[in-house]
Amino acid sequence: MILLSITENIHNWLFSVMPAGVASIVEMVLIAIVYLTVFAVAGLFLVLLERRVAAWFQLRIGPNRVGFQGLLQTMADAIKLLTKELTGTDRADKFLYNLAPYFVIISALMALAVIPFSKDFHAFDINIGLFFLIAISSIGVIGILLGGWSSNNKFAIIGAMRSGVQTISYELSVGLSLLTMVVITGTLQLSEIIEIQKSGWLIVQGHIPAIIAFMVFMISGTAETNRAPFDMVEAESELGAGFHTEYSGMKFAYFFLAEFINMFIIAAIAATVFFGGWLSPFGITESIPELGVFWFLIKTMVLVFLMMWFRWTFPRLRVDQLLTLEWKYLLPINLVNIVLMAVLVWLNLTIRW
Amino acid sequence: MTNLELQELIGNWEFNLEFSEEESQFLNIHVPAEHLHNFMFRFKSDPETQFDYLFCLSGVDWGEKLGVVYHLESTTKRHMAVVKVATEDRENPTFETVYDIWATSEFHEREVFDFFGITFSNHPNLKRLFLTEDWIGYPLRKDYEDETNMILY
Amino acid sequence: METEVVHTNFKSEEYFINMGPQHPATHGVLRLLLTIDGEIIKKVEPDLGYIHRSIEKMCERDSYQQIVHLTDRMDYLSANINNEAVCLAVENALQLEIPERVKVIRTIIGELTRISSHCLWWGVMGMDVGALTTYFYGFRDREMINDIMEETCGARLTMNYNVPGGLMLDIHPNFVKRVKEFVAHFKTKLPEYDRLLTGNVIFQKRTVGVGVLSKEDAISFGASGPVGRASGYSCDVRKHHPYSAYDKVTFTEALKTEGDTYARYLVRIQEMWESLSIIEQLIDVIPEGEHRVTTNAVIKLPKGEYYQKVETARGELGVYIISTGTKNPYRLKFRSPGFSNLSLLNHIAVGGKIGDLVATMATLDLVIPDIDR
Repeated sequence: MILLSITENIHNWLFSVMPAGVASIVEMVLIAIVYLTVFAVAGLFLVLLERRVAAWFQLRIGPNRVGFQGLLQTMADAIKLLTKELTGTDRADKFLYNLAPYFVIISALMALAVIPFSKDFHAFDINIGLFFLIAISSIGVIGILLGGWSSNNKFAIIGAMRSGVQTISYELSVGLSLLTMVVITGTLQLSEIIEIQKSGWLIVQGHIPAIIAFMVFMISGTAETNRAPFDMVEAESELGAGFHTEYSGMKFAYFFLAEFINMFIIAAIAATVFFGGWLSPFGITESIPELGVFWFLIKTMVLVFLMMWFRWTFPRLRVDQLLTLEWKYLLPINLVNIVLMAVLVWLNLTIRW
Repeated sequence: MTNLELQELIGNWEFNLEFSEEESQFLNIHVPAEHLHNFMFRFKSDPETQFDYLFCLSGVDWGEKLGVVYHLESTTKRHMAVVKVATEDRENPTFETVYDIWATSEFHEREVFDFFGITFSNHPNLKRLFLTEDWIGYPLRKDYEDETNMILY
Repeated sequence: METEVVHTNFKSEEYFINMGPQHPATHGVLRLLLTIDGEIIKKVEPDLGYIHRSIEKMCERDSYQQIVHLTDRMDYLSANINNEAVCLAVENALQLEIPERVKVIRTIIGELTRISSHCLWWGVMGMDVGALTTYFYGFRDREMINDIMEETCGARLTMNYNVPGGLMLDIHPNFVKRVKEFVAHFKTKLPEYDRLLTGNVIFQKRTVGVGVLSKEDAISFGASGPVGRASGYSCDVRKHHPYSAYDKVTFTEALKTEGDTYARYLVRIQEMWESLSIIEQLIDVIPEGEHRVTTNAVIKLPKGEYYQKVETARGELGVYIISTGTKNPYRLKFRSPGFSNLSLLNHIAVGGKIGDLVATMATLDLVIPDIDR
């Protein structure tokens, strides 16, 4: 309620001191700034989390010197990257080369806007929310393709082509597995999807097909963010650094941050669609709506941890095996699963309370 | 098969072979350069000898002569032998390649070419292996001198 | 006719890429010139010599004691076994009677070196197929061996512990205790290696049937060590030409017949078990006695030719000495295992993907200074 009243007060104050048009623009700018901050903090925190998790898996300690438990480590790294020289190849396509990182980072940022952090902390609640997310998340690959192609480096172009192939293929599975859940909800709007889950998280409501859809979504989501075991794009033992071989300084940091934000987004979508988003388990804290953000972040972080667990345990697939997995296994499973879910909903076999 | 038996066996072959001991545990077989390839081919394929494993191929500069030493082993019969071939031509030493008999000699012969300047006819890809293409001279020859880089004893 | 038109319109183009000299998968300064068509490899041409130090030429000027030092720098991961090769060659030439104690200690240290080399290989193998975590597991166990080596030899990587005539120093009083500790520790950790990587479905997909080398090709290309043995070619020098104390211990030669990357992987894992068993057989029965027989300060080998082969972690290392009776060898040639193993890379990598090449190279276990010498 405190948060809500603060935003209400700001809203009222803005509209009282300036004309309505100007006030709404200022409001949008303020919201954008808030989201940019969230974006930056989340990115930096996730990088640190990944390093600590990796260290934990690898019998190491990880960064723990800069700030409390290394909390400022990534901040220091970001400042270091800011001060670095922006190098580039000689015969690179300069315009596209410079454009590519912005494509990647802006698409990641746009996707963040529709994610409901809690009931009130939700910037852009459109009725095609899920569709918008799927659409936006596939724009990022254009940035990777541009970056790889315009760098004028053979390793980069191999990485970029792999990325194109991979993202376009796995886009299908991401979309279809979410569509399976839409069969239950009957709506694409994220706030309504969460409302429906007040009578049971969707993974419980849809039981068997929902669990299958969740597994497919996590696999293809990991693939879509180009993370191990699907990190063909970077594949450091094969391609050096893949598509961002020729990027340095802050441009490299954009690619790097976008990867982590994308991971966060995939985990957030999964938490929202399958695990009830900001709803508390069994409604235990329903009377305190402020805790919504807390529950949402807990669920997301568990899923993020799951993705990190994949990354630090599995070897990398080969590029043809990656495509085999998608086209020969995930896609048929998904199509059958949708039919199964439709039958389930038709016969009213979902579990609700 | 002992060295003596081996010597008796291949002594009858029509390649003008010579044998020596040289304080070594192996039988040393000296082959005239013109018979090298034919001899090697028979040495590998003859059911009595079956030397199918070339485990070492070294170039040697014996002062006047330049040559190549082949260390051979049979993986079925487990006997070993050393084949030596030499030439007095220091300007343009040439032997036939044994690449088609033992595939490993492709790299080993390139190494010998690199350091001794011995060319191998019919070799598929004979060029410098370790040194740069524009290197002058052949460093492992005894008469090689490099005033700037060599530390003499 | 129509398919032909389509074919000419969308002609695939072969292109070159340079893998290395600085590349994460080449484990050193090896440069591979790849001709690739999309992802498929058409030709691999290694370009060597980036760290060639001309050890063979230096040997012609050095005394035999000095040569031992140079061998550390060839295959630095099995430094002790390299030392042993030269020492054995010199001792055989001089017909020195080496004390049993020396032979047993050399064997134990050799097997420890082999385990440490395979630990590093296992870590790097995982890293090359994308599982970074293995690297740290491998290094954790390797560290214990390095500590043992440090205590006894005074160095961790280039130990330089063998000298012609025996060992430089006697073993440290803690040596036996710590080796036993290590053996007990590593026996619990090796199954962990299997759980982490061997049984992984993705890992098996990446390695089974990749880079197949037939037995005939293995012999023809002079493959040795785990590479040859994975193809069913029994080439263990320790079995066929035993040296030091290998004739006193029982061990099985790890043999597989598939010849693919996975077989090479399994052979190395099994070799670690065998090495542990060899160490266990010997660690309690180190005989008392001298750790060194005195030789002349200036060693002059009798005129003649000497050849000694040993089994390093990578395969068969040969030392070929031509002596004219002076204090320096007239010619000294090292037959390094990596050199022959590299020569077959083109043969087994063609037709695979870039990812396959990396996995294949990882199981060839190349150490570049060993190849460049």
